[in-house]
Parts: sequence; structure tokens; C-alpha cells
Amino acid sequence: MQLPQAVRAHSPTIRIVVTAVAVLLVVAGLTKIVLDSNLTWSQFLQLTVDGLTIGALYAVIALGYTLVYGVLQLINFAHSEVFMFGAFGGLFAARWVVGSSGLPRGAESVAYVAFGLGCGALAGAVAAFLLERTAYRPLRKRKAPRLAYLISAIGASLFASNLAGKEFGRQNVPVPPLFTDGVLFRVGGAEVTLQTLFIFGTAGAMLILLERLVNGTRLGSGIRAVAQDADTASLMGVDVERIIVVTFIIGGLLAGAGGFLYAIVFNASYNMGFVPGVKAFTAAVLGGIGNVRGAVVGGLVLGLVENYGGYLTQASYKDVIAFGVLVMVLLVRPSGLLGERLGRAA
Amino acid sequence: MTVNAPPSSSASSTAVSSPLKRLGALLAVSLVVALMTGPSGDSPTPLAGVKGSIFDVRVFKFLLAAVVIWAITLGYARLQPQIAERRAAVTTTSRRLFARPGSRPITYLLLLVLAIIIPLQLSPAAQQAAVTDVGIYALLALGLNVVIGYAGLLDLGYIAFYAIGAYATAYFTSSRALPTHSSVLFNPFAVFPIALLIAALAGVLLGGPTLRLRGDYLAIVTLGFGEIVQKVANNADGFTNGSRGAFGVPKLSIHVGPINYRWGIDPLPYYYLLVVLIVLVMLAFSALERSRIGRGLAAIREDEVAAEATGVPTLRYKLLAFSIGASTSGIAGVIFATKQFFNPQTFSLQASLLVLTIVIFGGMGSLFGVVLGAIVIQGTFFFLRDVVPPNDRYIYFGALIMVMMIFRPQGLLPSRRRSQEIALAESGGASVEMLSAGTVVER
Repeated sequence: MQLPQAVRAHSPTIRIVVTAVAVLLVVAGLTKIVLDSNLTWSQFLQLTVDGLTIGALYAVIALGYTLVYGVLQLINFAHSEVFMFGAFGGLFAARWVVGSSGLPRGAESVAYVAFGLGCGALAGAVAAFLLERTAYRPLRKRKAPRLAYLISAIGASLFASNLAGKEFGRQNVPVPPLFTDGVLFRVGGAEVTLQTLFIFGTAGAMLILLERLVNGTRLGSGIRAVAQDADTASLMGVDVERIIVVTFIIGGLLAGAGGFLYAIVFNASYNMGFVPGVKAFTAAVLGGIGNVRGAVVGGLVLGLVENYGGYLTQASYKDVIAFGVLVMVLLVRPSGLLGERLGRAA
Repeated sequence: MTVNAPPSSSASSTAVSSPLKRLGALLAVSLVVALMTGPSGDSPTPLAGVKGSIFDVRVFKFLLAAVVIWAITLGYARLQPQIAERRAAVTTTSRRLFARPGSRPITYLLLLVLAIIIPLQLSPAAQQAAVTDVGIYALLALGLNVVIGYAGLLDLGYIAFYAIGAYATAYFTSSRALPTHSSVLFNPFAVFPIALLIAALAGVLLGGPTLRLRGDYLAIVTLGFGEIVQKVANNADGFTNGSRGAFGVPKLSIHVGPINYRWGIDPLPYYYLLVVLIVLVMLAFSALERSRIGRGLAAIREDEVAAEATGVPTLRYKLLAFSIGASTSGIAGVIFATKQFFNPQTFSLQASLLVLTIVIFGGMGSLFGVVLGAIVIQGTFFFLRDVVPPNDRYIYFGALIMVMMIFRPQGLLPSRRRSQEIALAESGGASVEMLSAGTVVER
């Protein structure tokens, strides 16, 4: 909506010059750092594999933000808690089936993992549904201003994460081992473990399914219609309320399954959602919020960039690098890498 | 003033749901309350808490309470007309009382006297909280109110400017607090203008490129800025002393002619300093709100394109609001730094969210509302400290925010303009002229 001003503020020449100078500086700086750091080729490949894996997880969470943003034009601040509940749902399911029988093998292990993923997704969906019911729908009924949604979501997030902290303890809870992890194969010196491949494969499958759902089904066209113009969509016979609930549930399914995948690697805890939540939101904006493919691209790019950057500087600067990239991309290309598409905000 | 529609407090009751549905909702809420108040689980046995609070005899207590409340609401619905009548009578009386010419200065004076007297009666722990929790956060919230309440810009990294103020104080006043320090050391009072300038400059530097972005992007960029400042403070050991924080910033002191005063460990002097600052800031901001700039900001908040089209220099005004907020935050940082030890943990995103919540809870755009919000929220926090396990306070805090947003989104003490906006939105967006008419009457 700020188009006139933006056009006035950046005349094309100035903009091109500024962009060129910025890109040159960044490239020069990066080259210098890479040359100084004696990074080997196989280390680089390993960083790439790890970056893509965490990036795929970011992408799965980012889709929840992007879908909800698409239909409601609001940031679902409590999405990270949906993710957390999904992780705990999957974790309890895995504990229950594994019991005290030790490490499962073969088909057993596949079935257990699938069960954990399913329960995680279910828990995420239930959490997302309850969230929509308590934090969003009452406000929507009253046509509350946009900021009210945000505050209500912040409240819900505080409430949910600390309730989980009270119930499940405030330390990390590990997922029981479900399969024997090991190096499957090497790509030019980088090790690809079963766990890595499994996470990447599951995330990829979910992303493809969602893409088909949004672009190839009746429900998907309903979601896209609401994203474009909710009022007109309702005149065309789309049940907007139902679409909103379904969107929340789809986002919850994805985030819940993603939470379980995340917990397999990093364990589950009551505040596990915060950092990946913020990163995933960054990824969604980076790729172009409201754009399903953009969320995927944004997640992968963010995962790669922060992994490389964390190696080159220090691991604790990962977050700083992630946000730095976001700010720079927004300044040069305010609508994200792929542009906003699903729900162009009015 | 009488032209204005009354604030929409009855809207929640107009959304009547079927009694059975309400019973279901109440029962669900009672289960959640049972969880909240029940025993806690721990990591080795993560489900013990749930078992102890839901699958236990005590749950019937809560379910029974839900049924009782449901019965009461049934009765309440029948009594509604009478209650509404009573309420209207009370509001009109109080309005007549407060609308009497000359009553406003008296009210303000009374509030000021209360603000001076009440802390004298508090326990030492409560006095500490009155300074570090209520006073400083009221100041922070007043600053954020300019950004959000007046200009409608969502700033989620607001606490970063507070950190900048605090670290600037340590850098310019003490040779020991940080690994590095400026070549000339100042009296802490001299740092007020310095911190104000630095924070405002940081605000301009951050705002210059980002204020061109649309609202949600501004939110994420400021959130990122806040995280970056905290991370850098945590990791740049050579400058900020890393996670160990800054220790030994000199206390505030005045040496002017015969006056020789030094602030010490006692929290009360800091409190009174904060009261003075808050009063000054409130006076300045209420003048700002009534000025040409304030009206320009209101126009930007309502409709930026229209504001730009009618000749409001939107970018410059937004930048101004942003840096005014930032410098207020910087000043709060100075007081905090001279009062006590701080480390990067102090400047977390949670703190930013807390300030934001105070502003919205108290009433966006209303100076008294914002201060009241700081008192109520931090007071609740302080009160809960003795009643529930410290970590559980955030559960109640989150629930309070949600309930507040459902039943009173305009905040405790809304600005008149804001409650009109909300009332208008609820009634399905009547004409905009009503808004401007209200403004004419109000000003």
C-alpha cells in the first residue's frame, strides 16, 4: 500500500547503484571470509547437507505461517506452540509404543516412526484448532483490529508454552530411539545419515502433498479464493469460516509432524518452539509471505545461509546472520524472493 | 463529549450463544483451570501433572464450579436489562462529575499525590518492584505508545533501544563496568542527553530503510533487530562483557551548588526520579498528540495513502515517532543501568513483548491507560510471585491477556479515539465522518 512513497523514495538509478554496491560488498566480504577460513570441500558439502535438513524443517513450519497469513492476513504468533505440542504428542506416542522393549528394528521401526509422526501431526492439528477457537475466532466475531489478534496470539503463546512447561517439566525430554542411525552414503565426503535422509524425505513429501492440495483440489481453490478476497469468495458460496478452520488445521498438521521430526534430533521441551518459530516466520517472509513455494525456498535458503554463516563466524551468531539476511532481502526486494502470491494483502 | 457513542462494553453479551454451548465452553475452561492449578509434572515423568490434576477427585470441584457459574450466567441473562440500567446510571453520574470544568486538574493532582504516597506504605520488595517493574516499564510503555498508539507502527524489538541506553551509560560513566570505556567519563546525569541521542540515532538508522516496508515486515525486521542487539551483547565479549553483564555502573548523583545528593541502594529515590520523568514525558507527549505532528501521525495510522495524498510527510513523521519512542526507551535504560546490574538476559524478546502487552492492555494511545497498564500487569505479576510457583506466573499472565483481548480489546482505559474506532469496526464500519466529528468535539 505504500507504493507511491516507495517509488518516490527509490528512483531506479539510485536503487540499482545501491543494490550493486551492497552486493559487491557482500560478495567481497564473503570471499575474504571463505578464503581465510580454510574451509575444505567436504566440510562445505557437509554444511550444505545439514543446512538443507534444518531448512526443510523451517520450510514445513513456515507453511503454517504462510497459509494462515494467506487467508487472514495476520501473523499467527502462537504457531510455534502448535509445533511444540506436536512434538510432545509424537513423543508420548513413541514412548507408549516403544515401552520398555528397547530399540525397534526393521518394519517395526518404520511403523513406530509413522505412528509417532501421525500422532504428532494430530496433536498439532488439535492445538491449532483450539488456538483458532480461543484466540482468534472470538476476536473475528467482534471484528477486532489487527493488533488485537497479535496480542491475543502472544498471550496464547505464553499460556501454552508455560502450561506445557508446568505439565511436562522444564528440561529437555528425549524421544526414545526409534531406529538405528548410521551413515547411509557419502556425497563427495559429506556424510548423509539415515536420520538426515528421513527428515529431508518426510519434509519433502509433506511439501509436495501440500502443494497438490492447495493447487489441485476443491478445498485448495477455496483456500486460494479466500486468500485473494474473502468477501467475494463468500459471495461465490465459499464457507469462509470453514476454510479458516481448515487452514489452521492443515498448518497444525504440518507443524505437528515437523515438531516430531525436530524433537527426534533436538529433543522436546516447553520452549522448543520459539527459535524455530521465529526462524520459520523469517523463512516465510524471505520467500514471500502467503506464497507456498516461497516458504519452501525461503526455508531452504535460510537453513543454508545460517549454517554457512555460523561456521564462518561463530555458531552463536547463526540467528544474527539469519536476521541480517532477512533485513537485506527485504530492503532490496520487499515482497520476498518469490513475491507474495496466495494472499495479496489489501 | 456527550456526542460520542459509549464504549462498546456490551458487545460481548450481544454475541449470545446457546446455553448448552456455553456450558460446554465453561466445562472446558474449568478443566484447563484444573490443569493450571494442579500439581506440576517433571521431565522424567512428564504426564504426572496431567494425571494428578485431571484424573483425580479434585477435578469435580472445578467441574462443579463451572456448572454453578453457568447457572449464574443463566440468571444474569434474565437480569440483563436491569443491570444495563444501573450501569448506565453510574456511568452518566461519573461522566457528569468528571466533565465538570476544573475537575481534570484536580483529578491529576490527586493521582500524583497517590503516586507519591502509596510507595511509602509498601514492603521493601514491593518498593523494588515499583521501581524496576512498574516505573521503568511505564516509561518504556509511554515511549512505545508513541510508536504504536500514535503512528500505528508495530515495533517488536523495542527493548533493543533500552539495551543501547543501558550499555551507553556503562560505557560513558564507568571505567570498570565494561572492558572498554570512553576516554572522558561523565556524571550519570550527563548521560541522559547522550543516551537519548544515541538511541534516537539508532532509531533513525533502523527506521530509515525499514519504515518504507509494510506493517508486518516492519514487525519482523524490528524483531530481528532486537534479537541481533541481544545476541551481539551476549557474544561481543570485548565490548559488552558478554553474558556476564555490566557491573559497577556509578549511581546517579547531583552536585550543584549547595545540593549534594547521591542515589544509593534504597529504591524510593529512584522511584521519585521516575515519577518526575514520567510526568514530564506525559506532558510532552500529550502536547505532541495535540500538535500538527500528532494529527499527522493519527492520519498515517488511519490511512497512510490518504495521509500521503493530503500532504502529510509520512516517512519523516514515522521516522520521528520511531526515534521519539527509541529515545524514551534509551532514557529508561540509563536509569536502569545506574540502579542495578544488568546482562543481556534483561533485554530479551519477552521483555519487548511485555512492553507491547502493557501498551495494548492499558489502552493504546492513552497516556494514563498505558501507565495504568504497567501498574496492573506488573502488579499482577508481583502478586502472583507469592501465590504460585514463579514459572507458573506466565500461564496466568498469558490467560489474562487472552481474556482481555476477547472482552475488552480497546484496553483498560482506552483513548477516546481508539474506542470509537473499535466501536465503529464492530458496528460494521459506519461512516468515517463520525470519527472526525468525534475528534472535533473532543479537541
